[in-house]
Amino acid sequence: MAMFSRRQFIKTGIAGALLLAAAAMLQKPLDRAGKQALVAGNPLDASMRTVVPVIAPVILLGVFPSGADRAAALERITKGVALAVGALSAASQKEVAELFALLAFAPTRIAVAGLTPSWDQAGVADIESFLRRWQHSRLDLLKSGYQALHDLVLGAWYADPQSWAAIGYPGPPVLVKS
Amino acid sequence: MIRDPYPEGIARGWKIVDAARLESDREDEADVVIVGSGAGGGISAEILARSGLSVIVVEEGPLRSTADFHMREAEAYPQLYQESAARKTADKGVNILQGRCVGGSTTVNWTSSFRTPPATLEFWQRQFGLADYTQEALLPWFEMVERRLSISAWYVPPNANNELLRTGASKLGIATQVIRRNVNGCWNLGYCGTGCPTNAKQSMLVTTLPAALDHGATIYSGLRAERLVLSGDQVTALECRAMDAAGIHPQARRVLLRAKHFVLAGGAIGSPALLLRSAAPDPSGQLGRRSFLHPTVISSALMDSVVAGHAGAPQSLYSDHFLDKLPIDGPLGYKLEAPPLHPVLFATTLQGFGAGHAALMQQFNHAHVLLALLRDGFNPASRGGQVRLRDDGTPLLDYPLDDVIWDGARRALLSMAEIQFAAGAKKVYAVHEECAGWDSWAAAKQGIAQLPMQLLSMRVVSAHVMGGCAMGPDAARSVVDARGHHHQLGNLTVADGSLFPTSIGANPQQSVYGIVARNISALAGALAGRAAAPLV
Repeated sequence: MAMFSRRQFIKTGIAGALLLAAAAMLQKPLDRAGKQALVAGNPLDASMRTVVPVIAPVILLGVFPSGADRAAALERITKGVALAVGALSAASQKEVAELFALLAFAPTRIAVAGLTPSWDQAGVADIESFLRRWQHSRLDLLKSGYQALHDLVLGAWYADPQSWAAIGYPGPPVLVKS
Repeated sequence: MIRDPYPEGIARGWKIVDAARLESDREDEADVVIVGSGAGGGISAEILARSGLSVIVVEEGPLRSTADFHMREAEAYPQLYQESAARKTADKGVNILQGRCVGGSTTVNWTSSFRTPPATLEFWQRQFGLADYTQEALLPWFEMVERRLSISAWYVPPNANNELLRTGASKLGIATQVIRRNVNGCWNLGYCGTGCPTNAKQSMLVTTLPAALDHGATIYSGLRAERLVLSGDQVTALECRAMDAAGIHPQARRVLLRAKHFVLAGGAIGSPALLLRSAAPDPSGQLGRRSFLHPTVISSALMDSVVAGHAGAPQSLYSDHFLDKLPIDGPLGYKLEAPPLHPVLFATTLQGFGAGHAALMQQFNHAHVLLALLRDGFNPASRGGQVRLRDDGTPLLDYPLDDVIWDGARRALLSMAEIQFAAGAKKVYAVHEECAGWDSWAAAKQGIAQLPMQLLSMRVVSAHVMGGCAMGPDAARSVVDARGHHHQLGNLTVADGSLFPTSIGANPQQSVYGIVARNISALAGALAGRAAAPLV
């Protein structure tokens, strides 16, 4: 058992090192992509538009609307995440832009996120297993990537008054100020 | 009719400059420039201005006041908090809630007010040579700020989220106490964290800052203090940059502020960072070191009854049982409190995603949540963190979560789960990525013992940043003296939580108020050449 754990650790360690090496090699193009997104001054950059509408319904499974309301909800959550990113510090915005660039760029999507199908082909199970891999990863970098996606999507969703009825939150009280 | 003091004050001639709107560079001058408008800056501003000194207050965040407070997280976090309430330590292991607006954290805190605990003061006397940090010497200052800020015990019935702490604890023979709050005519709404919409919270925004403005002080909002200009052992000026309207990127406009004396009250991340950017002398090597957070872990329980943790005063009961039963420098003790529950804070803090997360959110009104604030900085192995600078000059706190923290976190999760089951919880969830919840105390006990205490798996948060400019009589071991005066720079005084040589072991706002009131009164007396005016 100890042997097995150790071997597993080594395997993960090597895989982890390879991923980090790949990420380091790609640092420059990712930096560039991240910077372009910022320079454009538009947080609704293409990589976010690619990733958010696919991961958000999975993170929000159970409260995300299906059927006729789904398209509007996708638009709301994508805008909401962009708004949330736009409110972060300059340093955090750069990191988040890099995260989305890494996820949108096919070679790093496959190598670092382990997500083989393209974003428009990925099914719920694919996204779930990608999120779980990062959530429970041995690499702090990937765990922090998961938490950024978690916080941005859930934060943006529950900031929206349209999401409150589903959880029974009545919203702030109405003050009679005069 | 709830009045907003700011439009009225501005109409009367208050000097408030929104730096984002400056059309050209400018210079300004006063007897004293204060960096930061929170607990330390606010108290300093009123005392100095009442004592007849001209005062400029510099605040990086925006001015938002009564009429702007709509009790909405979506507005409050981006506008009123550092980094949109998502400020993180270097390894992202701790999420820090800290205010950044006129009034600083006092505009958004949950009003819990504690005098500095006697055990903390005794430790400072013994370990750090802070001989006159006695209960007796500080008592008149604590009483002064209690009068000024209407701090008193809150005997209105607690909301259910707080009451459950008392219910569970009393079943286990654990004592709880009533929290003292800085409120005047509180409406018991539960939205202290998004800015008080009724002016009941006696934050700096509605107390000391208006008093300072009435006495001629100037407040610059949206202005980042970038660098102190040093000449020998003197600070000659403060170089500032205007922020953009959203408060995220600095703009081209510069403001140069000259003064006889400079007071740093930018909080325990901001103040050390400003000294680091200014290449201030640091012969002790302690600048930016020993930063403390009260690392806080969370336990969420599901109750049969409705809790509605979003309604009612957010914090009204606490327990110091697990602080008092341990030696102060032993394994980390913890203070137990309850937090307010609002959708964004709750959803982002809870672990997991998908159906499991949604199921917890759908029980939002049945959630009962407890917090344990770990008392860091007393155990010799608890050395806190270090403030560093990013390439762009903004601060980054490196706070390693080590075994002494994890040991406390695990014990705290056990205590909270036991209390919650005793209070009738159906299910308890440690806020940890590997926890799927437990149905009984026996299961929780076993489960918590096995939780891997790992970075980014165990959720850790903080609302209290302390240390980094530690005070002490010995220049070889501290950054400033016992009155906050910089050991090397003659006209610089630190007046915020960065003074503390350890954490406080209680919510720190009143410690800042009382200690700064004493220190800045001494400074005001020396600068004005007569006794400082008291806070009234």
